[in-house]
Amino acid sequence: MQTGVQHTIGNVVRTLKNPRDLKEKVIQTILLLLATIAVFVIILITFFIFKNGFPIFKEHGFWNVIAGQIWNPTKSVFGFLPMIVGTFYVTFVALIIGIPFGLATAIFLAELSSSRMQKIIRPAIELLAGIPSVIHGLFGMVVINEVMRYIQRNYLGGILPPEYQWGYSVLSGGIILAIMILPTLINISEDSIRAVPKSYKQGALALGSTHIQTIFRVIIPAAKSGITSAVILSMGRALGETMAVIMVVGNMPMLPEHPLYSIFAPISTLTATIAMEMGYAGPEHRQALFALGIVLFCIVALLNTFAIIIRRGARADA
Amino acid sequence: MHNKQKILESLIKGFIWFSAIGTVMILLAIMGYIVIKGIGFVNFEFLTSTPKRMGAEGGIFPIIVGTFYFVTLTMAIATPIGVGAAIYLSEYTRDNLLTRTIRFTTELLAGVPSIIFGLFGYAFFVILLKEYTGGWSLISGALTATCMILPILIRASEEALKTVPKSYREGSFALGATKWQTVYKVVLPTAIPGILTGIILSIGRAVGETAALLLTLGGSLLLATSMYHGTRTLPMHLYMVAMETGNMDQAFATGVVLLFVLLFINLGAGYIVKKIFVKNI
Repeated sequence: MQTGVQHTIGNVVRTLKNPRDLKEKVIQTILLLLATIAVFVIILITFFIFKNGFPIFKEHGFWNVIAGQIWNPTKSVFGFLPMIVGTFYVTFVALIIGIPFGLATAIFLAELSSSRMQKIIRPAIELLAGIPSVIHGLFGMVVINEVMRYIQRNYLGGILPPEYQWGYSVLSGGIILAIMILPTLINISEDSIRAVPKSYKQGALALGSTHIQTIFRVIIPAAKSGITSAVILSMGRALGETMAVIMVVGNMPMLPEHPLYSIFAPISTLTATIAMEMGYAGPEHRQALFALGIVLFCIVALLNTFAIIIRRGARADA
Repeated sequence: MHNKQKILESLIKGFIWFSAIGTVMILLAIMGYIVIKGIGFVNFEFLTSTPKRMGAEGGIFPIIVGTFYFVTLTMAIATPIGVGAAIYLSEYTRDNLLTRTIRFTTELLAGVPSIIFGLFGYAFFVILLKEYTGGWSLISGALTATCMILPILIRASEEALKTVPKSYREGSFALGATKWQTVYKVVLPTAIPGILTGIILSIGRAVGETAALLLTLGGSLLLATSMYHGTRTLPMHLYMVAMETGNMDQAFATGVVLLFVLLFINLGAGYIVKKIFVKNI
């Protein structure tokens, strides 16, 4: 112990005496501080979201807020259920539409395509990932919602209630989000399909399976954990997307009244409500929006932690 | 083989082909539609005049300038932090609790929705640090965006540093260079193309970002004259024009400019990086 301390002191003294060593130490300390900024940022985010949003839970009761069905900020009624339901509904629709196409494209790239096809499709996916969400939103608002309105009025006009006939809907939001999560789905699934050892495929083919059988019975099951993490990451992306959703779902913070046709209902999500209302919110309303942020933050943090653990597990297996 | 099986397999193959080609089609449809609808309104006057009636008419000059200021400021703050963090992680430590914590939080940070960054930026930079940032301002927006792009920068720089062969470092040490001399004179110059690619990716992300900036950048249509002024970026303007004024022509035209800026950043900068650096190595 004694010698350890003396040793350390000796090192410090020697370092201070030698300017070259001192400079090295200073630089190393600066780099260490820069590296820890990311940790501080996540701590600060958590702290500020909770500090600003928590009073709402305290004042109105946690379950009253989380399970409350009515959102009426001007009357100081803060029920989060419409936004929570809206967020998950849109995300669910996006996954239902996105997963088959994303997985199929990943299979195409990893197993069925020539390198010439890959040279066309890869850059397209990369570009798709780089398109800002407002562009997706604008496209959804003008094209998809227009088509949706046409279908709602001309083919379903007799069935749907009038408030479900103006295009802005869960389905539009789901379609746009499905497009937006495609790159994440495709890239991670493709990587995990490629990571399956060649011998699996060779074994299955040698036993007389067709290529398609091999893909669906051997390769996909072997790539399961990677595909799962692709789905979870895309889900996190869809839950947290703001701009594209805000421009197509109609931003009506209420539970759909007709559950049967609710896929055509205008709704609002956690993200859309925060972004729409932050501009004009009073003090208590603002706290409620931060509390919506807490809910979103917790859901997404949980999902991402899952995804990270699954991916690490997959890596450890390989 | 059974006939039924054969038909099923053809159907599956058909769906797989359809999906892959569909992905390309969707991209073309989105980009094509925006460009066709908007390109007619983009001319010299649109790019150089000021907006009128909340952006429903007139040009987008202050918004282009604002976007440029915002991106420059963001990258000026974020690049040293991101690259420095990556250097520390890949050159100065081995796998330990600290690096694992940093890597884990970086991954977590990458998944945080941008509206959450917006709420944080609003509470921290706009409200709490109002005296230093001027409230809704370029600097508040840039600091918020810095937090957002940090994970991309760190990861890309780390990957780039990892590709530098060990022998380079050993050679440098053998010549008596210190750690920092080795990093600064040997490792960084070799890893620069990869790091630049990460920086370009981050610029693309910053240019396209909207939700976080709605709550921190202010949204003023006036020409920003200092970093304590509020401004708008192109996607913010697109959103506000589309939702608030309802003049879609202006929104499409702004969208075209935004797409071309991004295309230029991705293709142009990538090309320059290749041209300058690949030759030298």
